[in-house]
This record gives sequence, C-alpha cells and structure tokens, in this order.
Amino acid sequence: MLVKLRAMCERLREKLNILADAAKYDVSCSSSGGTRKNNNKGLGNSHASGICHTYTEDGRCVSLLKILLTNHCIYDCAFCVSRKSNDIERAAFTVEEVVSLTINFYRRNFIEGLFLSSGIFKNADFTMERLLKVVKKLRLEERFHGYIHLKTIPGASEELIKEAGLYADRMSINLEMPTESGLKLLAPEKSHEDVKRPLGLVQNQIIQFNDEKKLIKSTPKFVPAGQSTQMVIGATPETDKDIMHTADAFYKNFSLKRVYYSGYIPISHDNRLPLIGTQPPLIRENRLYQTDWLMRFYGFHVNELLNDANPHLDVDIDPKLSWALRNLHFFPIDINVAAYKMILRVPGIGVTSAKKIVQARKFGKLRIDQLKKIGVAYNRAKHFIKCADTPYQIKDYQGTQIKSFILAESQSKYLKNDVQQLILF
Amino acid sequence: MIYVIDGSLESLLCAVFEWFERKPGKIILQLEKYYQPDAFTAKFHVHADQKKADRVWIGLKKKLDKSWMRRFYCTFLSESAHAYNSLFEFTCYIFSNPAGSEVNYGNAHVLAVAQIARKVEREKHRMEAFIRFRQSADGIFYCGVDPDFNVLPLIMNHFKNRYADQQWIIYDLKRHYGLYYNLEKAEEVNLTPEEEKNLHKAIGEVHAVKENLYAALWKDYFKNTNIAARKNTKLHVQHVPKRYWKYLTEKMGT
Repeated sequence: MLVKLRAMCERLREKLNILADAAKYDVSCSSSGGTRKNNNKGLGNSHASGICHTYTEDGRCVSLLKILLTNHCIYDCAFCVSRKSNDIERAAFTVEEVVSLTINFYRRNFIEGLFLSSGIFKNADFTMERLLKVVKKLRLEERFHGYIHLKTIPGASEELIKEAGLYADRMSINLEMPTESGLKLLAPEKSHEDVKRPLGLVQNQIIQFNDEKKLIKSTPKFVPAGQSTQMVIGATPETDKDIMHTADAFYKNFSLKRVYYSGYIPISHDNRLPLIGTQPPLIRENRLYQTDWLMRFYGFHVNELLNDANPHLDVDIDPKLSWALRNLHFFPIDINVAAYKMILRVPGIGVTSAKKIVQARKFGKLRIDQLKKIGVAYNRAKHFIKCADTPYQIKDYQGTQIKSFILAESQSKYLKNDVQQLILF
Repeated sequence: MIYVIDGSLESLLCAVFEWFERKPGKIILQLEKYYQPDAFTAKFHVHADQKKADRVWIGLKKKLDKSWMRRFYCTFLSESAHAYNSLFEFTCYIFSNPAGSEVNYGNAHVLAVAQIARKVEREKHRMEAFIRFRQSADGIFYCGVDPDFNVLPLIMNHFKNRYADQQWIIYDLKRHYGLYYNLEKAEEVNLTPEEEKNLHKAIGEVHAVKENLYAALWKDYFKNTNIAARKNTKLHVQHVPKRYWKYLTEKMGT
C-alpha cells in the first residue's frame, strides 16, 4: 500500500516537473481584476490587485499555478518547446490531478489560482473540452472562487469558448509572432486570423454580459478580468515599431487588458531561429514594456514613440526620456502651472508623483526640496522643469548634452557588463 | 515640551486633545517605556481617556474620508516614535486648516503619514503573499510570522474571506498574539509562553506525509517554472527580501 502510494507521488512529481517546465514560457502570471467573492463559505476569493506569492530566481512573479494539461501537441511550431518534432518527455495530467493540486496549493496560501494551458491533442475541441472539465469541477464541485486564467484554444467551437468564459476570470490566446509574415515563417499552420476570431467572440460576450448586468443584477460573470495576449520578441526580424503598432491595434480592437512581450529564449537548432546559447533580448523586452506603459498610463500615442523616422527604441535610455529629448521644444515646463497631462510626460516623474504635485501646488508654489520628497527623480527631471526656486540658467543645452549628463550620473542596470572600460596605460 | 503617551491609539488621540486645550507650543511625543526624565524640558503625562479620544476620532472622521482614516490607522500600526509624532502633527494640522488640506503633499507631516502608511500597506500585502500554512494533526492550518509592523489587524478580513471553509491560526511571534478562525468568526488569541511552545510542538507533528508531499511538489514547481537563461538574482531578492525566506516553503533548504 505504502509502496504504491509512494510510486503515485513520484509519478505526480514527474508530471508536475514536465508540465510546469513546458508552461513557463507563457509570461502572464497576473491575478488582478478578478471580482469573485466567497459568499457561500467555499474556498477562496479574488484580491482586486492580485497577489504575487513568490518570485522565481529570474525575478518573475509567481501568482498562479501555471501548468499545461499536456505537452502532447499535433502542431510543429518552430519556436515552441512542445512542438511535435521535438524529442522531449511527454506527460498529461488527469482532470482530478489538476484540481487536487490547485486546491491543495491554494489552501496553503502558495497561489492565487490556476493558469491552465495545453498542447493540442487530437483536435481543438477535444482539448478545449478537457480544459473546460477542469474549471467546471473547480468551480462547481469544489466551490473554488480563486483566480482562473484559461487559454482559449484557437479553432475550438463557439459553444465551448462561451461556456468556459462563465468559469474563467481571464482568457488569453497568444499571437506568438508580432506579424503575420513572422508567424508564417515559423508556424505555417497558424495565422493571426485564428487568434482574432476567438478574441472577438469573447470580447463581444463580455460587452453583452456587461450590458445585461446593467438591467439584471444576477447576470453571471463572464471573463471579469478580461483578455490578454503574448508575442515572442527577437525570434523573427520585426522592428520595435512593428511590434508596438500590432500591440496598439490589439489593445484598441479587442479591448485587451494586457499584451505581453516575451524575449525569445533559444530552445531549438532550427536555422530559422537564433542559436541556442544566444542571450535572450532582455533590454529590448524591458524597453517594449516601458513603451506599453507609456501608451496605457501616460497618454502617449504609439506614433509619438515609434514612427518611420524612429523604428527602434533606444537601448541606453528609456523611451520617455528619448521622446523628451526629441521634443525639447515642449520643455522646460513650469511644474506649478503646467497641465497634469504635460507633467506626466516629464522624464523622472511618474503617475503617483504627478498626482501629488497637482494636488499639492494648490497650497502654494512647490520648491525643489518638496519635489524630491514627493518622489520625483529630480536629477533627471531638472532638465525639463521649472519650479519656485529653480536657479536661473543662461545656457540652453542640446538634447545630446542632456543625455550625456543623465547617463553620466545614472547607473544602468543592464549596460554595466557591456561597456568596456578604457585602458589608459 | 514632552508629552508622554503609553502607545495606545487612545493616548495618541488624547495627546491631540490636551494640546488643543493647553496650547503649549511645540511638543514632542515620547513613549512611556522609552521616556527618560530630562532636567531642562517640561513633561506632561497624557492619560488615555476614552471619552476625549472618541471626540478627537469623531472630529477626524468629519474632516477626513475613509482612505485617509485608513492611512491614519496604518501609520499608527507602524509602532514607531517617528510615526506617532507625524500623526500628532498631522492631526493638529488637519484640525487647524480648512477641509481638504490632507492633500497638501508639500507639508512634511502630510507626506510622512502618506509614506509611512504606504510602508505598512506594503508589509500587509507581503503577509498576504508570504504566509505559508501547514496543516497540523487536528486539521488547523497554522503559520507563525514576525512582520515589521503590527499588520495582523489589517490582514484578518482577507484570510477570513478567503479561507472560509478551513480553520486557521496566524500567530505573530514578535508581538505574542495571533488570529484564530474557527469557521464562524476570526478572533484575537493570546497564548502564554508555555502554550506557544506547545503550539510549535503540535505543528511539528503535522500530517507528515501529506504536508511533505505538497511541500515537495511546491518546491519542484518553483524550480521548474524558473527560466535559468534569465537569471536575475538582484530582482529576485528585491521582490522577496531575505528576511522573509524563513517563512517560504520554496526557500527552505536553500
């Protein structure tokens, strides 16, 4: 009996190892935006802002139990570890195993919920049905109110996707490559159209449910935390402009909550892809996220940041600074009178500081020391602002000069290894 | 002048009351247990009086909205002399100025309260994230913690709503009190040192097989969800400061 139990545990551990490893390239681990309440003395609830229960050694948040139901797959996408032609160990969880892992991890406060994805086995509908079985069992039998992020399987039938949306908090489908041509190169069987159809379907359902909710309060929730998608960066030769324009279009057309950018980590000897051992493009990924934030929270239009004249983001400085240096004619602005929208555009001032500045200046003109205490990165911002006690400056600096001042006194977390120290003697 | 308070919320609020009654000019608050008599500064011992405290609290409520009342309470829970003094100055400032003055971030005390409250909220959030339950033989899920600030009152509702169908204890080992949820309601429990020791022992004899299995599975998961090519220790430690590692199942044995 004990021997049998031990063997079962060992097999479960093996499966978890394989299927967690295969799921880790999905970047999203957000657990925010859920609104589920625990009102039947069941298990779990949603925390509005999400909770990261731990962080992996690469510094990424671990909020959800992120696993594949199986890594068997009928597709052969060159960029994917689970591709059919790849010689790796395969495994599959049973529905009961996923449910029991989720519940037991959740009870010990390890996780916020489940992120369930899967390789495609047999066909799209068969896979989607199995995913649906897991979430239904969690919600209906276990009375689980934690967060569930479910992958929509492209090509699955409308009925299945609509039903899944009643139980999941978030659904997502990955674009994989930023452009159609890039995708065709690495995964000829897939297309962006296959992604757009289900994204549109879920979006329409969300709108419809929200409209009904206004009339009938008891309307059930439908994907309350919205949809997201992910693109792989650096596997194909797209420019930053291509990537961000695609992202912008998806934000607008499908009201996505998030677009994730995942620096390609070489996992294949395929000669269409970067060699194994190449460093993943981490700085580029970081700059893309910064651009994404500027678009969503700082009122920037994607064309201001990336256009035909500037198709790539600067590596050495962030996109906000780089925009400011290209547009010095807007600056310096007077912190004590400028509009909130303009203050947001100053490098070194974030949303929190900008809000505080606008509130505080009603009580008197703000001085340098106050700005510093409020949290403004003053050494960066000082080139672009004036306040009550800014010293009078005769010289007008050029963009390149300001850039060198800022670079000289800031320590880039990335560049320190790349810059070669000059040898004098 | 020095106002000596006993560190309770009532005594802090009474200090405000007494200051407005006496108007002694600039004062500093000191905690009773740290107070050292000093020949050159006058002292006034603030007696915690529930009625006076209530008047100040109700007055504050009229001036501040819910989010600011919460900031006030959070700042109080940080338990530092600096926080008490900031709260005192902040309260006096609020009472002496027209409504809406609490957003004057140019004022050092307003900013201090906002910033300390933020620190306490961060610690509260970390407790919600880093607490790891182990199920003991009698079925109760247990976790011992020693948070930087006294955040147990802030996390009670979160855990009560989330784990409505399991009994749990979260015990503050530094402040020697805990929260116990008995499937009906969550309440404060105080244990004697003897009982505290027994509790540890009871936890030691947990559902060994089951707990060890899930600990092992969680550690496996933690290892396998990491991408080695992206290793970034600095960021990792920034998000999970080393002082919390002792709670974390996934960090045991590292």
